[in-house]
Amino acid sequence: MTIHKLLIANRGEIAVRIIRAARELGIATVQVYSKADKDSLAVRLADESIEIGPPQASKSYLNQATILAAARTTGADAIHPGYGFLAENAEFAAAVEAAGLVFVGPTAHSIRLMGDKVAARGAAAAAGVPTVPGSAGRLESADAAFALVETTGFPVMIKAAAGGGGRGIRIARSAEEFHHLMPQAQAEALAAFGDGGLYVEKLIEGARHIEVQILGDGRDVIHCFERECSLQRRRQKVWEEAPSPSLTPAVRDRLCSSAVALAKAVDYRGAGTLEYLYDDRSQEFYFLEMNTRIQVEHPVTEMVTGIDLVCEMIRIAGGEPLRIRQEQVRVRGHSIEVRINAEDPAKGFMPSPGTISALSVPAGEGVRFDSMLYQGYTVPPFYDSLLGKLIVHDKDRPSAIQRLERALAELSVEGLATTKPLHQALARDPDVMAARFHTAWLEPWLETHASSLGTAMPSPTAKVAQ
Amino acid sequence: MATQQIFSPLPGIFYRKPAPDKPDYKSDGDAITENDTIGLIEVMKSFNEVKAGAAGKILRFLAENEEPVMAGQPIAEIDV
Repeated sequence: MTIHKLLIANRGEIAVRIIRAARELGIATVQVYSKADKDSLAVRLADESIEIGPPQASKSYLNQATILAAARTTGADAIHPGYGFLAENAEFAAAVEAAGLVFVGPTAHSIRLMGDKVAARGAAAAAGVPTVPGSAGRLESADAAFALVETTGFPVMIKAAAGGGGRGIRIARSAEEFHHLMPQAQAEALAAFGDGGLYVEKLIEGARHIEVQILGDGRDVIHCFERECSLQRRRQKVWEEAPSPSLTPAVRDRLCSSAVALAKAVDYRGAGTLEYLYDDRSQEFYFLEMNTRIQVEHPVTEMVTGIDLVCEMIRIAGGEPLRIRQEQVRVRGHSIEVRINAEDPAKGFMPSPGTISALSVPAGEGVRFDSMLYQGYTVPPFYDSLLGKLIVHDKDRPSAIQRLERALAELSVEGLATTKPLHQALARDPDVMAARFHTAWLEPWLETHASSLGTAMPSPTAKVAQ
Repeated sequence: MATQQIFSPLPGIFYRKPAPDKPDYKSDGDAITENDTIGLIEVMKSFNEVKAGAAGKILRFLAENEEPVMAGQPIAEIDV
């Protein structure tokens, strides 16, 4: 069915992004909002808006019944979930379809399958996609564990099956260490969680985070190449780029083909991302998980391929087949996105809600700023700290970094602290310039550079003028 | 004895307990010391403890569990 009126079940910059895409497709928009978001940019831009509850997300943006009622009241025929909130909630996707509406995303079945780690790993293995070598399920005995590590090699991580968030993880670098640590880990898991079950997984040290963007229509799947997002703090990406600066053409080809194979195997519909760890010394990649939604960092892919991913996912949801053939997808130049968060990098990334007293947005060739900001807007304290994303595009990576510095110098957000000084420092760091990083690179770097992130650095032109 | 208020240091969501399945940090009538935690404020998904700031006794809470609060809003009344 063709979509006439789209309800956006999200907020912030992604709601603005979706409204823009819908408008270009001639689709009317309905923005839902909590009491705290009455004055948001998305509400201002949408054709219609409707309140769905108090500030707490659990009582508004996560309230499925209220959102479905809002769609009924406003006559919307489709719901776009954005990212976060209900985007990967299979129950919600099913409820939307049961209500006779279009869910702009994959089927509830795909969300459920890929949301289950063991099932997703199984689907990957069946499609011939490598996963991190390790135990397929829990290991009950030390003998079974040792038999396994003889095939994976060292170092390995020993994890408590009942643990989580890094608790109960031990690293063994040799068979001797393994024999010493395994009984300890088992006893500790039993004492701490009442469950001695363990997993063993090969530790990929110094790995990069590389992910492949795909688009599917339920039958065909294409990839839109990869993004590298190795600069992370507390598992949150802070700087993303496309293409990855660390892949050879042959590895890129294998990686992207593996993503298409897996997405095809599950008849994927919509926009999705397959995340991998990549070891650039061995040139091996390992599937981690699939995100069954549009991602925060999708613009870097749009900049290098010229494909409007949000438009394409809405068209597919409306019943159109894929309009782009694989051979038409080409990468042109290099794109970098940095996340502008309301956090103070000089104070341990303390959250910084507040009122935007003045705002200057960078512009010019190859610069895009996807944000929820306007002058006078008060950033509420109730949601995540992402204010917007500064995205640049240029002919190659060194030029893109220069353009990023130029654009950051033009960006001015007054009234609250932002992560702009962090990105200015990163753009000048020799390791970042040489793309010598991995997922555990940024946190130690922050410890030694915290003091330099206090104030925004002067722009290169300002320095010349002095 | 004098009545004082404890103010929220930050804007956000106020919680009276450390986790949904845990008991309240403090109840009406409880004795408190300066460094006691009386609640949490969730700001942009980060959790910050609210300290009593003075020794004495809690008279009553002025903000409820999971209530949105502004910076500087009184959240409890204490007797010091």
